[in-house]
Amino acid sequence: MVVNSVHWFRKGLRLHDNPALQEALSGADTVRCVYILDPWFAGAANVGINRWRFLLESLEDLDNSLKKLNSRLFVVRGQPTEVFPRLFKEWNVTRLTFEYDPEPYGKERDGAIIKMAQEFGVETVVRNSHTLYNLDRIIEMNNNNPPLTFKRFQAIVSRLELPRRPLAPVSQQQMNRCLGKISDNHDQLYSIPSLEELGFRTEGLPPAVWRGGESEALDRLSRYLDKNVWVANTRVKTCSLYASPTGLSPYLRFGCLSCRVLYYNLREIYMKLCKRSSPPLSLYGQLLWREFFYTAATNNPNFDRMEGNPICVQIPWDQNPEALAKWAEGRTGFPWIDAIMTQLRQEGWIHHRARHAVACFLTRGDLWISWESGMKVFEELLLDADWSVNAGSWMWLSCSAFFQQFFHCYCPVGFGRRTDPSGDYIRRYIPILKDFPNRYIYEPWNAPESLQKAANCVVGVDYPKPMINHAEGSRLNIERMKQVYQQLSHYRGLSKYSSDLL
Amino acid sequence: LKKNGKKPENNLGESEAVAAGESPLCDWSLLPQEILLHIFQYLPLLDRAYASQVCRGWNEAFHMPELWRCFEFELNQPASSYLKATHPDLIKQIIKRHSNHLQYVSFKVDSSTESAEAACDILSQLVNCSLKTLGLISTARPSFMEVPKSHFISALTVVFVNSKSLSSLKIDDTPVDDPSLKVLVANNSDTLKLLKMSSCPHVSPAGILCVADQCHGLRELALNYHLLSDELLLALSSEKHVHLEHLRIDVVSENPGQHFHTIKKSSWDAMVRHSPKFNLVMYFYLYENEFGPFFNDEIPITHLYFGRSVSKEVLGRVGLHCPRLVELVVCANGLRPLDEELIRIAKHCTQLSAIGLGECEVSCSAFVEFVKMCGRRLSQLSIMEEVLIPDHKYSLDEIHWEVSKHLGRVWFPDMMPTW
Repeated sequence: MVVNSVHWFRKGLRLHDNPALQEALSGADTVRCVYILDPWFAGAANVGINRWRFLLESLEDLDNSLKKLNSRLFVVRGQPTEVFPRLFKEWNVTRLTFEYDPEPYGKERDGAIIKMAQEFGVETVVRNSHTLYNLDRIIEMNNNNPPLTFKRFQAIVSRLELPRRPLAPVSQQQMNRCLGKISDNHDQLYSIPSLEELGFRTEGLPPAVWRGGESEALDRLSRYLDKNVWVANTRVKTCSLYASPTGLSPYLRFGCLSCRVLYYNLREIYMKLCKRSSPPLSLYGQLLWREFFYTAATNNPNFDRMEGNPICVQIPWDQNPEALAKWAEGRTGFPWIDAIMTQLRQEGWIHHRARHAVACFLTRGDLWISWESGMKVFEELLLDADWSVNAGSWMWLSCSAFFQQFFHCYCPVGFGRRTDPSGDYIRRYIPILKDFPNRYIYEPWNAPESLQKAANCVVGVDYPKPMINHAEGSRLNIERMKQVYQQLSHYRGLSKYSSDLL
Repeated sequence: LKKNGKKPENNLGESEAVAAGESPLCDWSLLPQEILLHIFQYLPLLDRAYASQVCRGWNEAFHMPELWRCFEFELNQPASSYLKATHPDLIKQIIKRHSNHLQYVSFKVDSSTESAEAACDILSQLVNCSLKTLGLISTARPSFMEVPKSHFISALTVVFVNSKSLSSLKIDDTPVDDPSLKVLVANNSDTLKLLKMSSCPHVSPAGILCVADQCHGLRELALNYHLLSDELLLALSSEKHVHLEHLRIDVVSENPGQHFHTIKKSSWDAMVRHSPKFNLVMYFYLYENEFGPFFNDEIPITHLYFGRSVSKEVLGRVGLHCPRLVELVVCANGLRPLDEELIRIAKHCTQLSAIGLGECEVSCSAFVEFVKMCGRRLSQLSIMEEVLIPDHKYSLDEIHWEVSKHLGRVWFPDMMPTW
């Protein structure tokens, strides 16, 4: 019997550690790798230019890698539900493979496709490689509930077997056994769209700070491992606010880098250097946070909203589109906040401390605006914002879920100053403030007028006045949070005075 | 429960609730009122309202006075809040039929002035009310401050004059003023037990002193530091006054470099003598250089919260001068370790049972020492992970075992996602 496989790329944009793709190749006569994209839908989606560019670069990289193996990437325009019936018939498809998507929307979409494939007599093979573990297993081990504290999550994970070892990249030999015939007009039918085709204007667009694709991801990984050789021995508090040439989070999100490859590389290095047999869970920090949020979200279609979300505290957030816009566009009048939002919009990535600062400012710290609004802005601009991690982090940072203590509020002046005393970060992203001395660069409105004039930047004219009084705002908001939480505590019968705040 | 119960007469000549196949042996309309009341008290308001539509009997039950003792008016505008609002028709009904039943009332308003004004309108109509508690709560921005002052004051005065037995009053972030406090006192001095009025800028120290002088049953008071005076503390500790249970003070800086007055140690001593068990809760929202007047003498603070960065030096003074300290929260400090200051607090603040640290630095060894000294009395230990600096003795992974050991329970620092 002839086996014609189609491998459907969604995330998992890589040829290394791709079990589903391996299944497509296994014993197949032909294999075609597809990515489905609806350019018209692209315009409506809440996705900014940097994220699109990253995706398109990743697709190009895949295409190039497949070219080297005498194959190509087929980018098919349309929606999966209409594309697949067409392809099934045209290519006589007998097997469809894809990487398991644990997100609720993904599971629903894939359920429909699997059913449709059955009707066409197409075998579907799904493999889990976007997360380290089988998330359902974690949930099962926690009394059929996702762990809602990170420590609980770690405790469960520490009882699991190690994640499955990553598979080798697809080899030329494997591909040779099952060639997909590439038609002469492949580039006309199945090419990767350009940013212009998706409706973006690209004149004056600066080059990408984060280049998409598997090749870039693997380069970065080797540089990351070199650089972090010493991290296994000591814990050094590095906080570089600037984009790192070894940063990996966007590549994990799109699946250009396999999380298991990262996991095992970290493990190996640690074991080599520390000569101990098992690394602490803290070594895998980023990876486990990602896993934690994916687990929390996988069975909760309402994970990304407050209403109807069983794990989310119902907080009476304010609706204030004007204030939200100022925050999103970096016009709050607080240089620390504005610089961060500017970097985010320009480059698509900000350090996690910066995320804490702006998330706190928008929600429980200052503006008292719903975390859902912040989440949507991050979804548009942030390269590594997957649905689960983004929503989960926003709930965490706004103290809406996961039993967070809300006493700790980041000051939009002090926290910035402590993170970067030199003020250079501000000068880089808010150049109009560059001539302010360090003493005032985080709070330019407090600088004497003569100094402002000398710096060629008068607050209220050349740079906005602060949109809120932080002391007042944070004082009010702490009271609001207490009102909400005391009502919850009431049901659990906690004493009024003990833990007045904690 | 059906929304529109029809009432066909049966051969007994009585109304029956419509429920197909209902056995005449369990006739719901014959339930005694006390049982109905008991059941209705479990139902949320909306379900009760549906139940009231089923038959006359249940409709009467819905309007029993006991069900209208407590009510929370929720006033929200769709443009400014995600929350639902109490239905205007229901509000009308309450004012018409139940205002004299209301005893425990609160108003929750969103950040729109409209909502706050609606609250004031309702208040103005509560003429037949004898309220025991009244709470004006803004759930977002303090919209009561946007209402024209006279409108607010006259509405509030309606309640003060008519209630005459107000026991608990929460009016934080409102434009209440000295004259209206006089009215409150004139009518409710015998019954007032709780008064929360933080951030009420139109009140003066004299205004609040009047309350303390006349309301001898006052047990709980919350206000801003500018209203605090030696006279106030002495009034609260006078012989005629009951023991104070809870005094909450917010110290907020309007502009950097603001000066704050001092309170004499003798005034605090008088308070402690009079009310040995009272909780003194202080929230500080100051710039680092504004702490001069504070913590130079012994002060009976029990719950201390620093909302902004506070210096090492001030924390050192806290260790020396706050022997009654039960709970301490430090939002931020800076980049120098607080080792000595924490150890001193462990030594001198023998009642300390809860501590929260964010954006500070403490060496792991000092932290373990601190926990060892406090021991099991630390029921709340909320430390951001980044606070703890590993040293030659302890790494981050080891520290949680040590701390758990001394606490007698499993403990971990608070974490923030690092994605």
